[in-house]
Amino acid sequence: MEFSSKLIESAVTEFSKLPGIGKKTALRLVLHLLKQEEDFTTDIAQALTEMRQNIKYCKKCHNISDEDICNICTSHKRDNSIICLVEDTRDVLAIENTSQYNGLYHVLGGIISPIEGIGPEDLTLDSLMERVSSPDSEVNEIIFGLSPTMEGDTTAFYISKKVKQLGIKTSTIARGIPIGGELEYADEITLGRSIISRTAYE
Amino acid sequence: MRKMKLLNIRLAQFKNYPQANFSFVGGINCFLGRNGIGKTNILDAIYYLAFTKSAFNAVDKDNILHEESFFSIKASFEIEEKAVEVLCAVRLGEKKMVRWAGKEYERLSEHIGKLPLVIIVPQDTDIVREASEMRRKFFDNLLCQLDQEYLKLLVNYNHLLKQRNALLKSFLEKSRFSAEQIAPYDELMIPLALNIAENRKALMEKFLPIFKAFYQDLSDGQEEVSINYDTRVNNSFENDFKAQHQKDFRQGRTTLGIHKDDYLFLSEGKAVKKFGSQGQQKSFVIALKLAQFDLLKTSKNQKPLLLLDDVFDKLDDKRIAYLLQMMADGRFGQIFLTDARPERSKEYLRNIDTDKKFFELDLKTQENV
Ligand SMILES: Nc1ncnc2c1ncn2[C@@H]1O[C@H](COP(=O)(O)OP(=O)(O)O)[C@@H](O)[C@H]1O
Ligand SMILES: [Mg+2]
Ligand SMILES: [Zn+2]
Repeated sequence: MEFSSKLIESAVTEFSKLPGIGKKTALRLVLHLLKQEEDFTTDIAQALTEMRQNIKYCKKCHNISDEDICNICTSHKRDNSIICLVEDTRDVLAIENTSQYNGLYHVLGGIISPIEGIGPEDLTLDSLMERVSSPDSEVNEIIFGLSPTMEGDTTAFYISKKVKQLGIKTSTIARGIPIGGELEYADEITLGRSIISRTAYE
Repeated sequence: MRKMKLLNIRLAQFKNYPQANFSFVGGINCFLGRNGIGKTNILDAIYYLAFTKSAFNAVDKDNILHEESFFSIKASFEIEEKAVEVLCAVRLGEKKMVRWAGKEYERLSEHIGKLPLVIIVPQDTDIVREASEMRRKFFDNLLCQLDQEYLKLLVNYNHLLKQRNALLKSFLEKSRFSAEQIAPYDELMIPLALNIAENRKALMEKFLPIFKAFYQDLSDGQEEVSINYDTRVNNSFENDFKAQHQKDFRQGRTTLGIHKDDYLFLSEGKAVKKFGSQGQQKSFVIALKLAQFDLLKTSKNQKPLLLLDDVFDKLDDKRIAYLLQMMADGRFGQIFLTDARPERSKEYLRNIDTDKKFFELDLKTQENV
């Protein structure tokens, strides 16, 4: 694409770094911004910068949060005896949307995959172990909400062995989830049902 | 017997073909023309339809016409009197697409076995002469066509094996082994390995008698031939596999498992690989392929497509006569064969009473639409 303006070109280049955004869409967005009042762009830029600078990860569950401890972890209405283990924040959102789960979460920040150089030490596993072995922990069950792949299986196996030593039950959400589908893409009803009908992890 | 016929294929930017259409007969289809003109490439296109990959080049994008960004192979089949369109397309940077009757597969493995196929190529002597991998590939190809569950086991095992090897390599780099980290791979791989070995063993029981009969037919020799499925995945495998940890650690890879299996080809108890004459080795290979054909045919109640690449050039008169006799007896179904010498093929096939079509390929074929 040839641009008559270097300014436009660089804005388009930045936008098209985003997932799912090609050069054409980026150009459409940039031209749209140009048509709006100047404040419009300033507000977006400011919201993004603040989001990036001030975002926190919950010290307990590692979910994205505005505070040191997120509102799920601090809520009195949640069941403190269950933790659902997920790969990332998107999975938390997907499960919250089902309104079928009332326990806590723990966001691993990935999944064990030696091929990609990701080992247990790259995940928030130490923090999970601290969390569940602390004297005031009420946790007696961990649900694996990992994607139904080989990596999901080996990661669950690894963690399950560790937490079982502490006398904690483990279960895995039923695999009603569409083949090849990550948690995020499972529809809310299927996902909700599969959390309720979770099975004990062998 | 179920009926299957490939009616036509349309190639777009596949290997040396910018555009090409071919309509086939139900009997013998012959691709004739000088070396390098693109005969084998047509067989490979048909192979792609059955296996969603090339018989020769595992890298999909290498099969795109040079300088282009995609290829597609469209085919019309007639299966049990019903028309079925099959499409296989590869585009740079995108997931390979395979469609069956207009519907795209979620997983390519769901397609394997739907279009049974046997290919005989000059490189087949590698099955006898080369490393164990070639023999595993041959029998796995047969097992996968027979049973999609087997394919799933194999895919999962291989995936875990890659992860386990990567983990062992990282242990080696750090000079530190972790039993805790290797355990998940052991626990998931062991049952898969046992299951796969069980399948391989069961296949051999069915395969061996058919194979022996073909071999006797093909060779004058009264020699006793056999195939031994050679594996260390047996009753003590679980213990053996775990007892291997230190060795795995030192070598930085998994040293035991079904990926180490071999098939020993024997004549009078001696290895055909080492002691077999060229003729014996060739008979062995042809008998393997014919047994594959027969087993697929009976299991699927359907004659597989048969692709014969340069067989008239590579085989001796006796084995050619044997194949021609099988063709004449109607033992095969639809056949696709290549030959650089048109007169030879026409002469050989003259007395075979089935519908035949000769495709004389030249530079114009590549552009024909
Ligand atoms: N991706 C590709 N793009 C263009 N040409 C290719 C490609 N792959 C193979 N070829 C060409 O195909 C020809 C070989 O065709 P092949 O079918 O093996 O010939 P033969 O008639 O001898 O069997 C070679 O000339 C080779 O350069
Ligand atoms: Mg050739
Ligand atoms: Zn939290």
